[in-house]
Amino acid sequence: MIYLTRKAEFSASHYYHNPEFTPEENRRVFGKCNNPNGHGHNYTLEVTVKGEVDPRSGFVVDLKQLKEIMHREVLDAMDHRFLNKEVPEFFNRIPTTENLAISIWQRLATKLERAQLHRIRVYETPDLFVDFYGEE
Amino acid sequence: MKAYLTRRYLFSASHRLHNDKMSKEENRNTYGKCNNPHGHGHNYAVEVTVSGAVDERTGMICNLVDLDSFVEREILTRYDVENLNMLPEFETNVPTTENLCIQIFEILQRGFHPAHLEGVRLEETMLNSFEYAGGGEILK
Repeated sequence: MIYLTRKAEFSASHYYHNPEFTPEENRRVFGKCNNPNGHGHNYTLEVTVKGEVDPRSGFVVDLKQLKEIMHREVLDAMDHRFLNKEVPEFFNRIPTTENLAISIWQRLATKLERAQLHRIRVYETPDLFVDFYGEE
Repeated sequence: MKAYLTRRYLFSASHRLHNDKMSKEENRNTYGKCNNPHGHGHNYAVEVTVSGAVDERTGMICNLVDLDSFVEREILTRYDVENLNMLPEFETNVPTTENLCIQIFEILQRGFHPAHLEGVRLEETMLNSFEYAGGGEILK
């Protein structure tokens, strides 16, 4: 078993708001992130896949294909977007970094061919990241 | 008390990804730009993780001087500023970073015994990295 990690960056805006909370509760729980005009981050995404090395090619996964899948499924959908308003899974789900990692896992897991998805890591800032390994 | 230590080293090398058993077209399709017959290079970063009990007298898992001198002698001298395709281990084995990562792990496993080898992580570029732990699962 060998592991490969590919990084990518994207920038997006979001805000945190739960319509089931009162305005006070939203402000208390989400603080500054509750500003309805949104705010942005430069996200760093790390996609780790695992599998056996193909003896002919020496590759665990076709990196070009992985890059294309990451671009198509994640970056094209999220880069320079307002997550709450432009990315369907966040119309009704709060675009926290936790939910972003889960959503990216769901977007990629079924699209990979040879290798298996191992981990999604999303950095919201250099000081904060979330890891998701799929449903345990 | 078990602890883990990771040390990072840098080296630069060139390679060409090409398999003699594949046709010209298949090589081009599989390896793209990396199939350029003149080769190309990378600045690799390798992270070696070892583990062990912390020695009560020294406060160390193993002496870093021992790890550094082993890596310098057996890995950096071997791969730094070299063309990987010229080395015997890549005569029939394509020098992808997957295979290089496995080679480095095996060199350490064969020769470095002061601490338990957990795994090797090899960065090919800022965006790509590979990890190998002898075929088993890596630590999350």
